[in-house]
Formats: sequence, C-alpha cells, structure tokens
Amino acid sequence: MGKRKETARVLSQEMLADEIYSMWIETDIAGEAFPGQFISVYTKDKTKLLPRPISICEADKGGRLRIVYRIAGAGTKEFSQYKAGDEIDILGPLGNGFPIKNENAVLIGGGIGIPPMLELAKRLKGDKTIVLGYRDADTFLVDELKEYGNIVIATDDGSLGTKGNVIDAIKENKVTGRVIYACGPTPMLRGVKKFAEENGVEAYISLEERMACGVGACLGCVCKSTDTDDHSKVKNKRICADGPVFNATEVEL
Amino acid sequence: MSNAVMTVNIAGVELKNPVMVGSGTFGSGMEYSEFVDLNKLGAVVTKGVANVPWPGNPTPRVVETCGGMLNAIGLQNPGIDTFIERDLEFLKAYDTKVIVNVCGRTVEDYVEVVERLSDEAVDMLEINVSCPNVKEGAIAFGQKADALFNITEEIKKHAKQPVIMKLSPNVTDIAEMARAAEAAGADAVSLINTLTAMKIDIHKRTFALANKTGGLSGPAIKPVAVRMVYQAAQAVKIPVIGMGGIANAEDALEFIMAGATAVAVGAMNFHNPYTTGEVIDGIQDYMIKYGVKDIKELTGCV
Repeated sequence: MGKRKETARVLSQEMLADEIYSMWIETDIAGEAFPGQFISVYTKDKTKLLPRPISICEADKGGRLRIVYRIAGAGTKEFSQYKAGDEIDILGPLGNGFPIKNENAVLIGGGIGIPPMLELAKRLKGDKTIVLGYRDADTFLVDELKEYGNIVIATDDGSLGTKGNVIDAIKENKVTGRVIYACGPTPMLRGVKKFAEENGVEAYISLEERMACGVGACLGCVCKSTDTDDHSKVKNKRICADGPVFNATEVEL
Repeated sequence: MSNAVMTVNIAGVELKNPVMVGSGTFGSGMEYSEFVDLNKLGAVVTKGVANVPWPGNPTPRVVETCGGMLNAIGLQNPGIDTFIERDLEFLKAYDTKVIVNVCGRTVEDYVEVVERLSDEAVDMLEINVSCPNVKEGAIAFGQKADALFNITEEIKKHAKQPVIMKLSPNVTDIAEMARAAEAAGADAVSLINTLTAMKIDIHKRTFALANKTGGLSGPAIKPVAVRMVYQAAQAVKIPVIGMGGIANAEDALEFIMAGATAVAVGAMNFHNPYTTGEVIDGIQDYMIKYGVKDIKELTGCV
C-alpha cells in the first residue's frame, strides 16, 4: 500500500531504562515494514507541527509494530505517557531499511541506535555478533537481542563490558564478520565507517538528522554524499528518502 | 457533487480550484503523489529551480517552533536541466496547472531559467525574490521596491508565461512592494514567503540552525500573512495568491476573503500530507453550506 498517515492504537507501553521507553502499537504498516525503516509519530499538541521520526524496533505480520525511543523533548515525553488503548497518528513506513545479507554479520548499535538492530537480527539468517554501546550499566534490549546472536557490550563508564566505545569492544573481543550494520550517534558511525574501510568489510550505516516532511520533498535532512547524487545533482542525499541506511562508502560523515 | 464553481483565473490561466502548494513544501509533486491525487489540485508549484544545481545550506536545516517551523534549506535544487528532464516530465502525466518557482543569484541567472522554460509545459512562472536563506540573489531583489521593479521588468521581457512575483514579508510596506511588481508588469503576486527568524538551542548553546537564521512558516504566521494579503490586494489590481500557515479550509477562506484569488498550502503538507485535498473539499463544503455559487463571490469580500 505504500506510505500513508494513519491512526494506530497503542497496545502497551513500558519503561526499559532511564528515559528509554518501549511502545507496541497496532497498525497495518507493521506488515510492510523492513528493519531499518522508520515511522514518523505525531504529537497531540497542535502547536507541534512536525512528526518525530522513530526507528522501527520490531514489526510483525500480525499488525503489531514496536518503537523503542528516548525522551528527547516534550514530544517524546508525551508519547511516553500513552497507555494501552490510546490512539496515535503515524506516517510510514518511511526510508529504505537495511539490505538483508545472510552472511556472518556484525550488528552495531549505540544508545538509541540499538532498537532497529532487533528486527534486523531477527531477519538475518547468518551468524551474528551484536555489539551494543551504552552510557553505563542501565542497559536495554540486551536480553531480547541475546536470542539472535553473541552479545558484546561497551559502556562509556566501564561499568559493563569494555570501557570505551563499540569499536574498542570490537577490537578487544576480536569481533569479525563479512558485513556490518550500524546505527547510533554520528561519532560512532564515523568510527564504524573507518573500521570497515581499514578491514575491507562492507558496512551499512543508518543516519539521523532533523526532518520535516519525512518523504523526500523538503530537503531538510540531507547528508553529504561521496559522489554527486543522482537525485540532487549535488553531493547531498536525503536521509529520509534515500536512507536512512547508506553503504558507508556512499556518505561522508 | 455540487454546482459550486471553484474555478479561478490568474492571468488567463484557468485553475480548476484555488488551491495550490507553497514552493519548496511539495518537491515537484512526486513524493506527495503517494498521498494526494495531483489531478485534484488547482496547481502544483514546484520547488525553486536555478540555472545550475545548488547544494543548499549545511544541516541542521529545519527546526520546529511553537505553531510553526524554521527552515534554511538554502534553495538546494538539481538545476534546470534535470528539472526539465525529470520533474516537468513527471508532471506532464497530471491534469493540473504547473507553476515553476524560479530562483537565481543574479538577474542573468533568473533570465536564463525563464528562457529555458519558455517552450516547456509550464503554465506560469513564480519568481522567488524572497527566500531569506541564501546569501546572494533571492531576497536581495525583494526588499527594495526599485530592485523588485527592475528584476520584474527584466523577467517580463524574457518570459513567455505569466509571471507571479513571490513577495517577502520582511519589508516595511507590503503594499508598496506589490505596487512595484504590478507597475513593472507582473501578472500576479504571491505572498507571504517565510519570516526571517531565529531559534537558539539552549542545550548546545548555539543556533538551532546551521545557517543561524531561517524562515518561519506554519500556522504561527497566518494572521501576519492574512493581513499582508489584504494590504496587497487593496493596493493592486492583479491577482494575489495568498499563503502562510494554511492548515484547513477555514484558513484558506480567510485568505480568499482577504482578497486572495488563489491560496497555497505550505508547511502544513509536512504535518498532514493530505492537507491540500482536505482544503479543497472543505471550501466546497463551505460553499454548499452557505449557498455560494461561485468562489469569486468570496474573493476580497470583507
């Protein structure tokens, strides 16, 4: 059916960690969604014009879709207060999603970049190592991800796993693979891109930027591309429509 | 269906209804064609196009504000060659009027684009002399009446299609600007472009937009826009196209009653991609409810 705006119903809401919430919603969009895609979520506050882009954490054919998100401001704070039975307006499915390659894979998630790794891990058939970066021991989604691969953890404060970032953890645990999938803050993705280049591994990274339309029309959320882009004719790609997932060689961070 | 006549005429071009889109909020219609039947629109107004590709500004380019948003895209566009091959080709499949928004750094840039479009399937040209987000061109031509007069006159010499001058609200006297455009031969004026604005990110202690300033749009600017459309419509005889925060039919009707022959939905496309269709249906519902036989009965009726 393609992209659309519709009213979904909240099935459940749960706090996973400090300021990290998990919400299951009921929507037909779930059946069409791919890992790495996102939905835009509308607040009920009419003074807030723009929907919040949030990655899809899980989506099943039965019409259930899960988002795991961080409270970043008043909009996401409002979402965290929704309860089962509440209605929620969403736009989706948006973006391209991760390409599925069934070979030895390394999935890397940093902070609120971790959630899209769950649906991806479920759909990838090959062996997987899942590298997770947190600020501290207040983790989330580890138990669920554990079912789909070997878990390696890095924390900024060293309270769990490797002290440092995800690349430090990869090096310390000698993690190898033929393809990397990553989502997280830009400095982390910069490190992943460099690591992938140095080791000759294919890497797909999911980027984030402030968005307005979410469908590729407004050119608000562009990133720098390595070569002149076919659509823009300049070295810009639209994160919402051409991404959010890019081959790391395609973009400059 | 009703017998309510919604057609409007701008410089000899008949639109099936008065609802179009604000340049830059709708691409060239391709992305929104998944949500909206483009055949239903009075016109599609394309994102600004220049003679060569423009990379636009660094990110962040957009930020939300209370009842609105700021943008500083910086007129990123693929240039006229790609625009003609891809965007205009795409629009040929639809039964709607095509208005191309033209931008440039110099008068020569504008003229080059206008001339390239002269034999293309384009119904009207909208000249962007009001974008606040680029360093050269654009608003530099739109904040002084004599500069606006000169560029309008020059473009009119080269344009084969009717010319709409898109006016900036960032001026002292909008009526004077509208009169300057009319005196130079403009076929219509459209307003308002965005209001120059700023937001500070207090957590990062810097500007929320990389460009420091951006253009404010959305419902927050609507009362300013209605006032300016009224003043412009009072000042000139050429048609006025009104825009600024239109979210629904009630908003659109305010602009029409203030004197707008047609209206455009802008930032609200981002909020609700179905806004244009809802505005068209809502205007028709209003006309039926109040027994208005022709939309022109409402134009400037206040």
